[in-house]
Amino acid sequence: MNGIDALYLITGFAIMAFAVLTLTDRDHPRRLGTSAFWMIFGISLAFGQWLPDVVVGLAMLALALLAATGQLGFGNYGQLSDEARQARRKRLGSRLFIPALVIPVGTFLYTLTTGQSALVGLGVATVLAFAVALLLLRESPATGMQEGRRLADAIGWAAILPQFLAALGLLFDQAGVGQTIAGLVSSVVPDTSLVACVIAYCVGMAVFTMLMGNGFAAFAVITSGIGYPLVIALHGGNPAIVGVLGMLSGYCGTLMTPMAANFNIVPAALLELDDRYHIIRAQILPALVMLAANISLMLLLAF
Amino acid sequence: MLSLIGVAIIVIGLALRLNALLVVLVAGFSSGLVAGMSPTEILAALGQAFTDNRAVSLFIITLPVIGLLERNGLRDQAEHLVQKLRAASAGRISFSYLVLRKATNAFGLQLGGHPAMIRPLVAPMSVGAAERDLPEEALSSPRFKALSQRIRVLNAVSENFGNFFSQLIFVASGGLLLIKSVLDKSGASVSLADMALYAIPTALVSLVVVFVLCRRLDARIRREQQLLREEYPQPSGQTNATPGKDTFTTSAMESHS
Repeated sequence: MNGIDALYLITGFAIMAFAVLTLTDRDHPRRLGTSAFWMIFGISLAFGQWLPDVVVGLAMLALALLAATGQLGFGNYGQLSDEARQARRKRLGSRLFIPALVIPVGTFLYTLTTGQSALVGLGVATVLAFAVALLLLRESPATGMQEGRRLADAIGWAAILPQFLAALGLLFDQAGVGQTIAGLVSSVVPDTSLVACVIAYCVGMAVFTMLMGNGFAAFAVITSGIGYPLVIALHGGNPAIVGVLGMLSGYCGTLMTPMAANFNIVPAALLELDDRYHIIRAQILPALVMLAANISLMLLLAF
Repeated sequence: MLSLIGVAIIVIGLALRLNALLVVLVAGFSSGLVAGMSPTEILAALGQAFTDNRAVSLFIITLPVIGLLERNGLRDQAEHLVQKLRAASAGRISFSYLVLRKATNAFGLQLGGHPAMIRPLVAPMSVGAAERDLPEEALSSPRFKALSQRIRVLNAVSENFGNFFSQLIFVASGGLLLIKSVLDKSGASVSLADMALYAIPTALVSLVVVFVLCRRLDARIRREQQLLREEYPQPSGQTNATPGKDTFTTSAMESHS
């Protein structure tokens, strides 16, 4: 078994542990629904590659129905009182930062020394950080899982939205959304105008990224549909500069779309914002400034 | 044009604030039907893509560690430390984080993220800095809660800007490799080092953009603090007793905890 499969198993089993703890949580108003939600998701994460694809598809349907019918809620996580927590903070002081730092530093060192992917490094470093935290804080692994469950419930169904959106991207691709967009854009752009072509490419990247939720997914379609034929081949733009600024224009789209849930919607849940779209709203104007900057830089540098 | 039906469903569904998971599935099914797939084929395609993209959910593995640290007062400690730093402000903390994020990102380091850095460290420090010298009652006011949300939003913005607009400076980044493979296939060969170089101007622009956002937030915080001090006058003789020092973060921050 390779490292990444092991990481899926560990993460999947942790999520299944959240489900079991939820089931034993008598104070939980949505005990069964919440438990079923995390159990189904944990199984799909741990064993996805061994399950038939149709079964995973049905699991997605079940997850969506549980979430849409309001079966998820918050339970009792055995939280400490404010006084008890403050007492612990005073005793531990800045040693509390050590496990938090083990995650990024460990990821870096593991990736550097083994040359494996950063995700495997993240997994190894997180397991190490968990062990360090248990020793330092003198807590039990069960308390760790309770705390994980608390945060997972706080994020709720938004936690699995990024994976849903990635699956949707594939079906958009099958339906030919990219070709339609590229065809629409290139049919309205006056291709004799260099400025119009550059704007069409950069705005096309941003818009298609907003639809797909992912600049990488947009890049191949929009670059082969607009960027290469119109900006590079027709007007002689420097391909390296056009390519990199095209991708960065796509990232401007990422900032403005709920489709990029892992950057915009999940953090809103993690930071306990009242409005799930607050981060996106705040990013629209700065993202448009960045898009204008990318267009100007492309016109300035690539020709 | 029929191929855009899935896009239309997403836009309408999210605008109506229906459950996003369900909207995504309906849009996916519609797109699949337009592509001439059978319902079973669509389910299988969704399932396969769901499994292929499990990597985006691996952040969940960090939650038990972060939760344990929060239980023992990590956020309180971050807040406590910042109370001692008179120069610290929410905007300055966000901007410093952005610089750190960009500097490490340019070397291919993923040092950050919303779950591992923003929620446990950057957000409580930023909100803690804004709480400094405010009367305790003011911290639970609607005005401060709204301000605290704005601060956390800026924290999230600086994470995203730091991440997106400097990752392509790293020569071996996934983004550059993808650009190279697409352009090479089209017949325009490009070098990774050239592309990394031309990612720098955008990174600098984003630094300026976030700097302006941070300055504006700090100005807003000062205005709101002034208003809060007027709304919640402190009893005389008790000036600058750094209230809020040992109270935990705002209750908004704690609403689900």
